[in-house]
Amino acid sequence: MSTDAGTAHDIGTVDSRLDGDLWRIVLAGQWTVAAATGIDRALKSLPSATQNRVAIDMAQVSALDTAGAWLVWRTIAALNDQGVETELVAAQPAHTSLIDTVARNAVPCPDPPRRRNAFIAMVERVGAATFAALYEARDLLNFLGLVVIVLARSIVRPHRIRLTPLIFHIEQSGLNAIPIVGLISFLIGVVLAFQGAEQLAKFGVEIFTVNIVASGVLREMGVLLTAIMLAGRSGSAFTAQIGTMKVNEEIDAMRTIGLDPMEVLVLPRMWALVICLPLLAFFANVMGLLGGAIMATTALDITFFQFARQLASATTLWTFWIGIIKAPIFGFIIGLVGCYEGLRVSGSAESVGRLTTRAVVESIFLVIILDALFSILFAELGI
Amino acid sequence: MAISATNGAGVTVLRVSGLRTQFGAQVIHDDLELTIKRGEIIGIVGGSGTGKSVLLRTMVGLIRPAAGQINMLGAEITALNDDARATLQKRIGVLFQDGALFSSLTVAQNIMLPLKEHTDLPPALRLEIAEVKINMVGLAPDAANKYPSELSGGMRKRAGLARALALDPEILFLDEPTAGLDPIGAAAFDQLIGELRQALNLTVVMVTHDLDSLGAICDRIAVLLDKRVKVGTMASLRQDSEPWIHEYFHGPRARAALDPLTAGNE
Repeated sequence: MSTDAGTAHDIGTVDSRLDGDLWRIVLAGQWTVAAATGIDRALKSLPSATQNRVAIDMAQVSALDTAGAWLVWRTIAALNDQGVETELVAAQPAHTSLIDTVARNAVPCPDPPRRRNAFIAMVERVGAATFAALYEARDLLNFLGLVVIVLARSIVRPHRIRLTPLIFHIEQSGLNAIPIVGLISFLIGVVLAFQGAEQLAKFGVEIFTVNIVASGVLREMGVLLTAIMLAGRSGSAFTAQIGTMKVNEEIDAMRTIGLDPMEVLVLPRMWALVICLPLLAFFANVMGLLGGAIMATTALDITFFQFARQLASATTLWTFWIGIIKAPIFGFIIGLVGCYEGLRVSGSAESVGRLTTRAVVESIFLVIILDALFSILFAELGI
Repeated sequence: MAISATNGAGVTVLRVSGLRTQFGAQVIHDDLELTIKRGEIIGIVGGSGTGKSVLLRTMVGLIRPAAGQINMLGAEITALNDDARATLQKRIGVLFQDGALFSSLTVAQNIMLPLKEHTDLPPALRLEIAEVKINMVGLAPDAANKYPSELSGGMRKRAGLARALALDPEILFLDEPTAGLDPIGAAAFDQLIGELRQALNLTVVMVTHDLDSLGAICDRIAVLLDKRVKVGTMASLRQDSEPWIHEYFHGPRARAALDPLTAGNE
């Protein structure tokens, strides 16, 4: 084995031969992490020693790093385990000391926990998720109780409501949401009118498009879309804000100063959503009907007056109330889930992100479940 | 990257010249000069807001300087293309303040990541090298399979150090390595850095506030002052008449930390 040892870019090599009654393993070149793959392979295909004394000749090694030193040490340790005597020959002092350092630190780490059988793991995960959901439901119910008490107390003693944050959150969650809520509802009105007209034209009763738009927007779409928008816009913001404060230990600081986070943080946010959502839903209704009306007058042969007359005959006041009654309850749910998830944040910034996502998904889920329950309730009541 | 036949002591590995960094109109460093030689441990100190961390981040290429040259291991880092920069990155290691471990990976996976990315080592060998590094930085072997969130602050720093050492860098940059550690942990960390310098022939650049670290392991100290650095040994800086430097090395904390040491030296 002859390598041009000493030049700067010679790659690490290994060779072995019988030298008298000594088995000699000759290392050469750069034994560094860049060459380690090749060296590792070469070491594994090295013929096993025929003598029980082995010299490891490092005279031609031009560079050694931890990876190289590990490979040297691994070879020595393997030979020693076979009862072979080893000796480092002609190693530079720095190389010897690095190999010593590595040898001292060659303590294997425990294996990572084994992966379980995929089927068992899946069953286990389903079980764990079910229990987690149940616990979460219980905790959310607990939080609901707490919030109801705080809200009730704030009604009895309204001066406990902090006005500045309340106004701030009404602005953030309500006023600033007007453009997007208006636009979405308008477009939904347009779409409902268009789809309705296309189907009803087959029966020649295009005028009933107005009924579809009216009950669609007023009973369901207006309030539901507003709630979904606010869950995405404000519910997530609540979790992120409160969660970040939790990470910064601001919540703990608040408690030590004698402020109740429920009162300071949760209460204004809850009230803001309970107040804003009905107002926004009303605005969404107006925009949705407007969208339907514009679609009807431009694309269909329905004049604006026909639309208005049909609207008046198709709806009662209850049609409107059925939608709006749900709004404060949806607002309550969104605020509840947003604040609850925010207060559940612990430790890391990563959990803020995770719980924010969860808050949005959970609050939309609960809103739609509640909406379905309301539909059943109203159907039973016959309104 | 490795101990070569001549370990190259005295060779300049990092030369910063005419460096200016600024954010908007705010100039942090102006005409800053700093030369670092192979094998030395240099401490960067300075008051709050003098741009210690900014200097470190500029040297490792995270912040682009407004003017000046940074020559690292023979390459001008501001003029490198992406490939050359990646090659250079393999030759330096950085430990951020809280370790900056990737939170979705275990400690062992964190350390193996640079190896996986920059070498073609077989997985078994990667793990073996990671195990050596884990032990080398003084972590218990069972830390290997833990996630960063399960570690204490001191352990996260050690794990971050192990990751910084994964590719056997020539220069190691440390951002406040002992901040937030208890005195025993901090002293042990200092000792570890000193030992690793010996074993791996490292050059170490550390930003620190810790007078004990400065006294115990730093060969030279660079004081950031008036947008520049003033470099000296502990002894020479203690003689300096500049008010801030005098206050820094003669304040009550400095006396407590350094006087026993200098008393022993004198």
